[in-house]
Amino acid sequence: MSQNDVIFKGRVMSLTVLRLNSSDTERVTAGIETEVARAPKLFNGLPVLIDLNRHAVDIARVADIARAQGLMPVAVVDADEATAATARASGLGVLQQGALDTQTARPRSDERPAARIVDQPVRSGQQLYARGTDLVIHAPVSAGAEVLADGSIHVYGPLRGRALAGCRGDESARIFCQSLEAELVAVAGNYLVAEDIASEHRDRPSMVRLVEDTLTIENL
Amino acid sequence: MAKIIVVTSGKGGVGKTTTSASFATGLAQAGHKTVVIDFDVGLRNLDLIMGVERRVVFDFINVIAGEATLKQALIKDKRVENLYILAASQTRDKDALTEAGVARVIDELSKDFEYIVCDSPAGIEKGALLAMHFADEALIVTNPEVSSVRDSDRVLGILSSKTARAKSGESVREHLVITRYDANRVARGEMLSVEDVKDILAIPLLGVIPESKDVLNASNQGSPVISLPDVQAAEAYKDMVARFLGEERAHRFLDPSSKGFLNRLFGG
Repeated sequence: MSQNDVIFKGRVMSLTVLRLNSSDTERVTAGIETEVARAPKLFNGLPVLIDLNRHAVDIARVADIARAQGLMPVAVVDADEATAATARASGLGVLQQGALDTQTARPRSDERPAARIVDQPVRSGQQLYARGTDLVIHAPVSAGAEVLADGSIHVYGPLRGRALAGCRGDESARIFCQSLEAELVAVAGNYLVAEDIASEHRDRPSMVRLVEDTLTIENL
Repeated sequence: MAKIIVVTSGKGGVGKTTTSASFATGLAQAGHKTVVIDFDVGLRNLDLIMGVERRVVFDFINVIAGEATLKQALIKDKRVENLYILAASQTRDKDALTEAGVARVIDELSKDFEYIVCDSPAGIEKGALLAMHFADEALIVTNPEVSSVRDSDRVLGILSSKTARAKSGESVREHLVITRYDANRVARGEMLSVEDVKDILAIPLLGVIPESKDVLNASNQGSPVISLPDVQAAEAYKDMVARFLGEERAHRFLDPSSKGFLNRLFGG
Protein backbone atom coordinates (compact mmCIF):
# COMPACT_ATOMS: atom_id res chain seq x y z
CA MET A 1 0.00 0.00 0.00
CA SER A 2 1.38 3.34 -0.97
CA GLN A 3 1.65 6.23 1.43
CA ASN A 4 -0.72 9.17 1.04
CA ASP A 5 0.75 12.00 -0.98
CA VAL A 6 -0.79 14.58 1.29
CA ILE A 7 -1.52 14.72 4.99
CA PHE A 8 -3.71 17.19 6.87
CA LYS A 9 -2.20 18.30 10.15
CA GLY A 10 -3.28 20.71 12.86
CA ARG A 11 -0.47 23.14 13.65
CA VAL A 12 -0.37 26.26 15.77
CA MET A 13 1.49 29.01 13.99
CA SER A 14 2.04 32.62 14.79
CA LEU A 15 0.65 35.00 12.22
CA THR A 16 0.76 38.76 11.97
CA VAL A 17 -2.65 40.30 12.58
CA LEU A 18 -3.75 43.42 10.74
CA ARG A 19 -6.38 44.93 13.00
CA LEU A 20 -8.80 47.50 11.64
CA ASN A 21 -9.77 50.46 13.79
CA SER A 22 -12.13 52.11 11.32
CA SER A 23 -15.15 51.25 9.15
CA ASP A 24 -14.02 53.72 6.50
CA THR A 25 -12.46 51.69 3.68
CA GLU A 26 -10.45 54.66 2.37
CA ARG A 27 -8.99 55.41 5.80
CA VAL A 28 -8.10 51.75 6.30
CA THR A 29 -6.34 51.41 2.94
CA ALA A 30 -4.50 54.70 3.45
CA GLY A 31 -3.46 53.45 6.88
CA ILE A 32 -2.05 50.24 5.39
CA GLU A 33 -0.07 52.19 2.82
CA THR A 34 1.39 54.49 5.46
CA GLU A 35 2.39 51.64 7.77
CA VAL A 36 3.99 49.59 5.00
CA ALA A 37 5.85 52.61 3.60
CA ARG A 38 7.63 52.93 6.96
CA ALA A 39 9.48 49.64 6.42
CA PRO A 40 8.62 47.99 3.10
CA LYS A 41 11.20 45.23 3.56
CA LEU A 42 9.66 44.17 6.82
CA PHE A 43 6.27 43.57 5.26
CA ASN A 44 7.22 42.18 1.88
CA GLY A 45 5.54 38.79 1.42
CA LEU A 46 4.30 38.73 5.00
CA PRO A 47 1.14 36.62 5.45
CA VAL A 48 -1.44 38.51 7.49
CA LEU A 49 -4.72 37.76 9.17
CA ILE A 50 -7.13 40.67 8.85
CA ASP A 51 -8.93 41.27 12.14
CA LEU A 52 -12.03 43.18 11.03
CA ASN A 53 -12.89 44.08 14.58
CA ARG A 54 -16.63 44.00 13.50
CA HIS A 55 -15.99 46.86 11.03
CA ALA A 56 -17.99 46.45 7.80
CA VAL A 57 -15.39 47.60 5.28
CA ASP A 58 -15.09 46.69 1.58
CA ILE A 59 -12.92 43.68 2.39
CA ALA A 60 -12.17 42.83 -1.25
CA ARG A 61 -10.70 46.29 -1.74
CA VAL A 62 -8.77 46.23 1.54
CA ALA A 63 -7.27 42.85 0.59
CA ASP A 64 -6.33 44.18 -2.87
CA ILE A 65 -4.53 47.20 -1.38
CA ALA A 66 -2.77 44.96 1.14
CA ARG A 67 -1.58 42.71 -1.71
CA ALA A 68 -0.45 45.71 -3.73
CA GLN A 69 1.65 46.70 -0.72
CA GLY A 70 3.34 43.30 -0.68
CA LEU A 71 1.31 41.72 2.14
CA MET A 72 -0.38 38.34 1.70
CA PRO A 73 -3.82 38.37 3.37
CA VAL A 74 -4.76 34.77 4.15
CA ALA A 75 -7.97 35.08 6.14
CA VAL A 76 -10.27 37.38 8.07
CA VAL A 77 -11.50 37.12 11.63
CA ASP A 78 -14.28 38.80 13.61
CA ALA A 79 -16.31 39.69 10.52
CA ASP A 80 -20.07 40.31 10.31
CA GLU A 81 -22.00 37.93 8.04
CA ALA A 82 -22.05 40.10 4.93
CA THR A 83 -18.35 40.90 5.10
CA ALA A 84 -17.53 37.25 5.78
CA ALA A 85 -19.41 36.28 2.62
CA THR A 86 -17.50 38.85 0.54
CA ALA A 87 -14.23 37.65 2.05
CA ARG A 88 -15.03 34.04 1.10
CA ALA A 89 -15.97 35.13 -2.40
CA SER A 90 -12.63 36.93 -2.84
CA GLY A 91 -10.64 33.87 -1.79
CA LEU A 92 -9.94 34.63 1.87
CA GLY A 93 -10.54 32.21 4.69
CA VAL A 94 -12.94 33.14 7.48
CA LEU A 95 -11.92 32.31 11.04
CA GLN A 96 -14.06 32.28 14.15
CA GLN A 97 -13.36 34.96 16.74
CA GLY A 98 -12.10 32.27 19.15
CA ALA A 99 -9.23 31.53 16.78
CA LEU A 100 -7.64 34.79 17.79
CA ASP A 101 -6.05 34.38 21.19
CA THR A 102 -3.68 37.30 21.24
CA GLN A 103 -4.27 40.99 20.83
CA THR A 104 -0.80 41.93 19.64
CA ALA A 105 0.91 41.46 16.31
CA ARG A 106 4.00 40.00 17.95
CA PRO A 107 4.62 36.29 18.16
CA ARG A 108 4.71 35.15 21.78
CA SER A 109 8.20 34.53 23.05
CA ASP A 110 7.63 30.78 23.42
CA GLU A 111 6.60 30.58 19.75
CA ARG A 112 9.59 32.39 18.31
CA PRO A 113 11.45 30.62 15.56
CA ALA A 114 15.14 29.90 16.06
CA ALA A 115 17.43 32.91 15.95
CA ARG A 116 18.87 33.94 12.61
CA ILE A 117 22.64 33.44 12.79
CA VAL A 118 24.96 35.20 10.35
CA ASP A 119 28.71 34.58 9.97
CA GLN A 120 29.43 37.01 7.13
CA PRO A 121 30.26 40.68 7.69
CA VAL A 122 27.26 42.94 7.12
CA ARG A 123 28.61 45.49 4.66
CA SER A 124 27.72 49.11 3.96
CA GLY A 125 24.44 49.26 2.03
CA GLN A 126 23.26 45.82 3.15
CA GLN A 127 20.14 45.26 5.23
CA LEU A 128 19.50 42.16 7.31
CA TYR A 129 16.20 41.45 9.01
CA ALA A 130 15.37 38.64 11.41
CA ARG A 131 11.60 38.35 11.15
CA GLY A 132 9.90 37.23 14.32
CA THR A 133 13.13 36.32 16.05
CA ASP A 134 16.59 37.29 17.30
CA LEU A 135 19.51 38.17 15.07
CA VAL A 136 22.98 36.91 15.96
CA ILE A 137 25.88 38.26 13.92
CA HIS A 138 29.27 36.69 14.33
CA ALA A 139 31.10 39.34 12.26
CA PRO A 140 31.39 43.12 12.07
CA VAL A 141 28.43 45.31 11.08
CA SER A 142 29.86 48.08 8.89
CA ALA A 143 29.02 51.74 8.87
CA GLY A 144 26.19 52.21 6.39
CA ALA A 145 24.74 48.74 7.05
CA GLU A 146 21.40 48.16 8.78
CA VAL A 147 20.43 45.20 10.95
CA LEU A 148 16.87 44.69 12.15
CA ALA A 149 15.16 42.09 14.30
CA ASP A 150 11.77 41.62 15.86
CA GLY A 151 13.66 40.23 18.83
CA SER A 152 17.12 41.11 20.16
CA ILE A 153 20.30 41.75 18.19
CA HIS A 154 23.65 40.28 19.22
CA VAL A 155 26.80 41.39 17.43
CA TYR A 156 29.99 39.46 18.18
CA GLY A 157 32.17 42.15 16.66
CA PRO A 158 32.02 45.91 16.27
CA LEU A 159 28.60 47.44 15.58
CA ARG A 160 29.27 50.39 13.29
CA GLY A 161 26.02 50.61 11.32
CA ARG A 162 22.39 50.94 12.42
CA ALA A 163 20.75 48.36 14.67
CA LEU A 164 17.00 48.25 15.29
CA ALA A 165 15.71 45.65 17.74
CA GLY A 166 12.08 44.97 18.62
CA CYS A 167 10.97 46.19 15.20
CA ARG A 168 7.38 45.16 15.79
CA GLY A 169 7.14 46.69 19.21
CA ASP A 170 8.80 44.19 21.54
CA GLU A 171 9.99 46.47 24.32
CA SER A 172 11.93 43.68 26.00
CA ALA A 173 14.27 43.37 23.01
CA ARG A 174 17.89 44.41 23.51
CA ILE A 175 21.02 45.07 21.49
CA PHE A 176 24.35 43.57 22.53
CA CYS A 177 27.65 44.25 20.84
CA GLN A 178 31.35 43.85 21.49
CA SER A 179 32.17 47.40 20.48
CA LEU A 180 29.50 50.10 20.26
CA GLU A 181 30.39 52.36 17.32
CA ALA A 182 26.87 52.53 15.91
CA GLU A 183 25.31 55.23 13.77
CA LEU A 184 21.96 54.52 15.37
CA VAL A 185 20.51 52.08 17.89
CA ALA A 186 16.79 51.57 18.44
CA VAL A 187 14.52 49.35 20.54
CA ALA A 188 10.80 49.26 19.75
CA GLY A 189 10.97 52.59 17.95
CA ASN A 190 12.98 54.44 20.63
CA TYR A 191 16.27 55.46 19.14
CA LEU A 192 19.60 57.14 19.78
CA VAL A 193 21.83 58.47 17.02
CA ALA A 194 25.63 58.42 17.19
CA GLU A 195 25.68 61.97 18.51
CA ASP A 196 23.52 60.99 21.49
CA ILE A 197 25.71 58.05 22.49
CA ALA A 198 27.93 59.17 25.36
CA SER A 199 31.67 58.77 24.89
CA GLU A 200 31.96 56.43 27.88
CA HIS A 201 29.97 53.86 25.90
CA ARG A 202 31.67 54.39 22.55
CA ASP A 203 33.96 51.61 21.31
CA ARG A 204 33.11 49.46 24.34
CA PRO A 205 31.22 46.21 24.81
CA SER A 206 27.68 47.39 25.48
CA MET A 207 24.06 46.51 25.96
CA VAL A 208 21.20 48.73 24.80
CA ARG A 209 17.74 48.29 26.27
CA LEU A 210 14.59 50.11 27.27
CA VAL A 211 14.32 50.99 30.94
CA GLU A 212 10.98 52.62 31.74
CA ASP A 213 10.55 53.88 28.18
CA THR A 214 14.04 55.37 28.03
CA LEU A 215 16.67 53.84 25.81
CA THR A 216 19.71 53.21 27.99
CA ILE A 217 23.19 51.96 27.29
CA GLU A 218 25.20 49.93 29.76
CA ASN A 219 28.81 48.88 29.44
CA LEU A 220 29.33 45.14 29.69
CA MET B 1 40.35 27.07 -16.96
CA ALA B 2 41.35 30.66 -16.39
CA LYS B 3 41.14 32.43 -13.07
CA ILE B 4 39.08 35.61 -13.31
CA ILE B 5 40.12 38.49 -11.07
CA VAL B 6 38.25 41.78 -10.78
CA VAL B 7 40.06 44.92 -9.65
CA THR B 8 37.42 47.09 -8.04
CA SER B 9 36.90 49.79 -5.40
CA GLY B 10 33.60 51.64 -5.62
CA LYS B 11 35.30 55.02 -5.43
CA GLY B 12 37.02 56.58 -8.41
CA GLY B 13 40.60 57.74 -8.62
CA VAL B 14 41.98 55.34 -6.03
CA GLY B 15 44.24 53.40 -8.39
CA LYS B 16 42.20 50.60 -9.95
CA THR B 17 43.63 50.98 -13.44
CA THR B 18 47.18 51.51 -12.15
CA THR B 19 46.78 48.37 -10.06
CA SER B 20 45.20 46.37 -12.90
CA ALA B 21 48.05 47.30 -15.24
CA SER B 22 50.80 46.45 -12.78
CA PHE B 23 49.09 43.31 -11.49
CA ALA B 24 48.51 41.91 -14.99
CA THR B 25 52.07 42.80 -16.00
CA GLY B 26 53.42 41.11 -12.88
CA LEU B 27 51.45 37.92 -13.54
CA ALA B 28 52.72 37.84 -17.13
CA GLN B 29 56.30 38.49 -16.00
CA ALA B 30 55.95 35.48 -13.71
CA GLY B 31 55.25 33.42 -16.81
CA HIS B 32 51.46 33.26 -16.72
CA LYS B 33 49.49 34.02 -19.85
CA THR B 34 47.36 36.99 -18.82
CA VAL B 35 44.80 39.30 -20.40
CA VAL B 36 43.62 42.55 -18.85
CA ILE B 37 40.20 43.91 -19.87
CA ASP B 38 39.11 47.54 -19.52
CA PHE B 39 35.46 47.56 -18.41
CA ASP B 40 35.34 51.35 -18.21
CA VAL B 41 33.41 51.77 -21.45
CA GLY B 42 33.26 55.43 -22.44
CA LEU B 43 36.16 56.46 -20.21
CA ARG B 44 38.86 54.23 -21.52
CA ASN B 45 42.20 54.62 -19.68
CA LEU B 46 43.87 51.25 -19.43
CA ASP B 47 45.32 51.45 -22.96
CA LEU B 48 47.02 54.74 -22.02
CA ILE B 49 48.54 53.32 -18.86
CA MET B 50 49.70 50.25 -20.77
CA GLY B 51 51.06 52.43 -23.56
CA VAL B 52 49.08 50.73 -26.33
CA GLU B 53 46.63 53.54 -27.14
CA ARG B 54 48.05 53.97 -30.64
CA ARG B 55 47.46 50.32 -31.50
CA VAL B 56 43.75 50.02 -30.61
CA VAL B 57 41.79 48.99 -33.69
CA PHE B 58 38.93 46.97 -32.25
CA ASP B 59 37.74 46.98 -28.65
CA PHE B 60 35.79 44.97 -26.09
CA ILE B 61 32.43 46.35 -27.29
CA ASN B 62 33.21 45.46 -30.91
CA VAL B 63 33.76 41.88 -29.79
CA ILE B 64 30.56 41.82 -27.74
CA ALA B 65 28.61 43.21 -30.70
CA GLY B 66 30.16 40.64 -33.02
CA GLU B 67 31.84 43.33 -35.14
CA ALA B 68 35.29 41.89 -34.53
CA THR B 69 36.80 38.64 -33.34
CA LEU B 70 38.69 38.38 -30.08
CA LYS B 71 41.85 37.70 -32.03
CA GLN B 72 41.47 41.01 -33.85
CA ALA B 73 40.76 42.96 -30.67
CA LEU B 74 43.44 41.54 -28.36
CA ILE B 75 46.52 43.76 -28.27
CA LYS B 76 49.78 41.98 -27.52
CA ASP B 77 52.09 43.85 -25.17
CA LYS B 78 55.43 44.61 -26.83
CA ARG B 79 57.53 44.59 -23.66
CA VAL B 80 56.17 41.64 -21.73
CA GLU B 81 55.69 38.18 -23.12
CA ASN B 82 52.31 36.50 -22.29
CA LEU B 83 50.48 39.82 -21.78
CA TYR B 84 47.44 40.96 -23.75
CA ILE B 85 45.14 43.95 -23.45
CA LEU B 86 41.49 44.25 -24.40
CA ALA B 87 40.68 47.96 -24.61
CA ALA B 88 37.35 49.58 -23.78
CA SER B 89 35.41 51.56 -26.33
CA GLN B 90 35.67 55.32 -25.95
CA THR B 91 32.71 56.18 -28.15
CA ARG B 92 30.08 53.96 -26.54
CA ASP B 93 28.59 53.86 -23.08
CA LYS B 94 28.14 51.13 -20.50
CA ASP B 95 24.74 50.10 -21.86
CA ALA B 96 26.66 48.45 -24.69
CA LEU B 97 27.84 45.87 -22.13
CA THR B 98 25.51 42.91 -21.77
CA GLU B 99 25.77 40.01 -19.36
CA ALA B 100 25.51 37.47 -22.17
CA GLY B 101 28.10 39.33 -24.25
CA VAL B 102 30.57 39.59 -21.38
CA ALA B 103 29.99 35.93 -20.51
CA ARG B 104 30.77 34.88 -24.08
CA VAL B 105 34.00 36.91 -24.27
CA ILE B 106 35.21 35.70 -20.87
CA ASP B 107 34.33 32.14 -21.80
CA GLU B 108 36.36 32.36 -24.96
CA LEU B 109 39.31 33.98 -23.19
CA SER B 110 39.20 31.25 -20.51
CA LYS B 111 40.26 28.66 -23.08
CA ASP B 112 43.46 30.50 -23.87
CA PHE B 113 44.56 32.37 -20.78
CA GLU B 114 45.58 31.52 -17.21
CA TYR B 115 44.49 34.84 -15.73
CA ILE B 116 41.81 37.29 -16.82
CA VAL B 117 42.09 40.63 -15.02
CA CYS B 118 38.96 42.80 -15.18
CA ASP B 119 39.60 46.49 -14.58
CA SER B 120 36.32 47.78 -13.15
CA PRO B 121 34.97 51.29 -13.60
CA ALA B 122 34.18 53.32 -10.47
CA GLY B 123 30.68 53.22 -9.01
CA ILE B 124 28.27 50.34 -8.50
CA GLU B 125 26.38 50.64 -11.77
CA LYS B 126 26.21 48.30 -14.74
CA GLY B 127 29.86 48.46 -15.83
CA ALA B 128 31.13 47.75 -12.32
CA LEU B 129 28.55 45.01 -11.71
CA LEU B 130 29.45 43.24 -14.94
CA ALA B 131 33.19 43.57 -14.28
CA MET B 132 32.75 41.68 -11.01
CA HIS B 133 29.96 39.35 -12.11
CA PHE B 134 32.12 36.43 -13.27
CA ALA B 135 35.01 36.95 -10.84
CA ASP B 136 36.62 34.13 -8.89
CA GLU B 137 38.76 36.55 -6.90
CA ALA B 138 38.69 40.28 -6.26
CA LEU B 139 41.32 42.89 -5.53
CA ILE B 140 39.68 45.63 -3.48
CA VAL B 141 41.67 48.79 -4.07
CA THR B 142 41.35 51.25 -1.19
CA ASN B 143 42.99 54.52 -0.23
CA PRO B 144 43.60 55.02 3.49
CA GLU B 145 40.76 57.47 3.99
CA VAL B 146 37.21 57.00 5.27
CA SER B 147 35.16 57.59 2.11
CA SER B 148 37.26 55.17 0.08
CA VAL B 149 37.04 52.54 2.81
CA ARG B 150 33.26 53.01 3.07
CA ASP B 151 32.85 52.54 -0.68
CA SER B 152 35.05 49.44 -0.65
CA ASP B 153 32.88 48.03 2.10
CA ARG B 154 29.81 48.59 -0.07
CA VAL B 155 31.52 46.82 -2.98
CA LEU B 156 32.41 43.87 -0.74
CA GLY B 157 28.72 43.57 0.10
CA ILE B 158 27.83 43.46 -3.58
CA LEU B 159 30.57 40.90 -4.28
CA SER B 160 29.10 38.63 -1.66
CA SER B 161 25.52 38.97 -2.86
CA LYS B 162 25.22 39.81 -6.56
CA THR B 163 28.02 37.98 -8.38
CA ALA B 164 27.61 34.70 -10.25
CA ARG B 165 29.57 32.91 -7.51
CA ALA B 166 27.44 34.44 -4.74
CA LYS B 167 24.27 33.39 -6.55
CA SER B 168 25.47 29.80 -6.81
CA GLY B 169 26.30 29.74 -3.09
CA GLU B 170 30.06 30.05 -3.50
CA SER B 171 32.14 33.03 -2.47
CA VAL B 172 34.50 35.36 -4.29
CA ARG B 173 37.96 35.32 -2.69
CA GLU B 174 38.71 38.87 -1.53
CA HIS B 175 42.09 40.61 -1.28
CA LEU B 176 42.76 44.04 0.16
CA VAL B 177 45.13 46.35 -1.73
CA ILE B 178 45.84 49.68 -0.04
CA THR B 179 47.19 52.26 -2.47
CA ARG B 180 48.60 55.79 -2.09
CA TYR B 181 49.80 54.91 1.40
CA ASP B 182 51.84 57.67 3.02
CA ALA B 183 53.45 56.35 6.20
CA ASN B 184 54.50 59.86 7.26
CA ARG B 185 50.94 61.14 7.11
CA VAL B 186 49.71 58.03 8.94
CA ALA B 187 52.26 58.75 11.68
CA ARG B 188 50.88 62.29 11.94
CA GLY B 189 47.35 60.91 12.22
CA GLU B 190 46.26 62.42 8.89
CA MET B 191 45.54 59.09 7.23
CA LEU B 192 44.08 55.77 8.33
CA SER B 193 46.70 53.15 9.11
CA VAL B 194 46.88 49.71 7.51
CA GLU B 195 45.49 48.28 10.75
CA ASP B 196 42.54 50.69 10.73
CA VAL B 197 41.60 49.73 7.17
CA LYS B 198 42.03 46.00 7.86
CA ASP B 199 39.91 46.36 10.97
CA ILE B 200 37.02 47.99 9.10
CA LEU B 201 37.03 45.82 5.99
CA ALA B 202 37.98 42.53 7.70
CA ILE B 203 39.54 40.89 4.62
CA PRO B 204 43.11 39.61 4.11
CA LEU B 205 45.73 42.16 3.08
CA LEU B 206 47.48 41.46 -0.21
CA GLY B 207 49.57 44.58 -0.65
CA VAL B 208 50.26 48.15 0.42
CA ILE B 209 51.47 50.47 -2.33
CA PRO B 210 53.21 53.62 -1.10
CA GLU B 211 52.18 57.04 -2.41
CA SER B 212 54.73 57.95 -5.05
CA LYS B 213 55.33 60.48 -7.80
CA ASP B 214 56.59 57.61 -9.92
CA VAL B 215 53.03 56.36 -10.40
CA LEU B 216 52.04 59.51 -12.31
CA ASN B 217 55.30 59.52 -14.25
CA ALA B 218 54.69 55.92 -15.23
CA SER B 219 51.17 56.69 -16.53
CA ASN B 220 52.50 59.61 -18.52
CA GLN B 221 55.08 57.35 -20.08
CA GLY B 222 52.53 54.65 -20.81
CA SER B 223 54.38 52.07 -18.80
CA PRO B 224 52.94 50.15 -15.81
CA VAL B 225 54.61 51.23 -12.54
CA ILE B 226 55.74 47.69 -11.85
CA SER B 227 58.15 47.91 -14.81
CA LEU B 228 60.08 50.89 -13.42
CA PRO B 229 63.47 50.10 -11.87
CA ASP B 230 64.41 51.15 -8.33
CA VAL B 231 60.97 52.47 -7.45
CA GLN B 232 59.24 51.66 -4.13
CA ALA B 233 55.77 51.42 -5.70
CA ALA B 234 57.12 48.95 -8.26
CA GLU B 235 58.71 46.84 -5.51
CA ALA B 236 55.43 46.88 -3.59
CA TYR B 237 53.51 45.72 -6.68
CA LYS B 238 56.05 42.93 -7.28
CA ASP B 239 55.58 41.79 -3.67
CA MET B 240 51.83 41.91 -4.15
CA VAL B 241 51.92 39.70 -7.26
CA ALA B 242 54.28 37.24 -5.53
CA ARG B 243 51.90 37.00 -2.56
CA PHE B 244 48.97 36.46 -4.91
CA LEU B 245 50.88 33.57 -6.46
CA GLY B 246 51.34 32.01 -3.03
CA GLU B 247 54.72 33.31 -1.91
CA GLU B 248 55.11 34.67 1.65
CA ARG B 249 56.62 38.14 1.70
CA ALA B 250 56.70 40.72 4.49
CA HIS B 251 54.97 44.03 3.86
CA ARG B 252 57.42 46.87 3.18
CA PHE B 253 57.27 50.67 3.12
CA LEU B 254 54.94 50.85 6.10
CA ASP B 255 57.20 52.94 8.32
CA PRO B 256 57.76 56.70 8.13
CA SER B 257 60.92 57.62 6.27
CA SER B 258 63.73 59.04 8.36
CA LYS B 259 63.71 62.76 7.88
CA GLY B 260 66.11 64.27 5.38
CA PHE B 261 68.81 66.73 6.34
CA LEU B 262 66.86 69.85 5.33
CA ASN B 263 63.74 68.63 7.10
CA ARG B 264 65.71 68.06 10.25
CA LEU B 265 67.29 71.48 9.98
CA PHE B 266 64.01 73.30 9.58
CA GLY B 267 61.97 70.97 11.77
CA GLY B 268 59.73 70.08 8.80
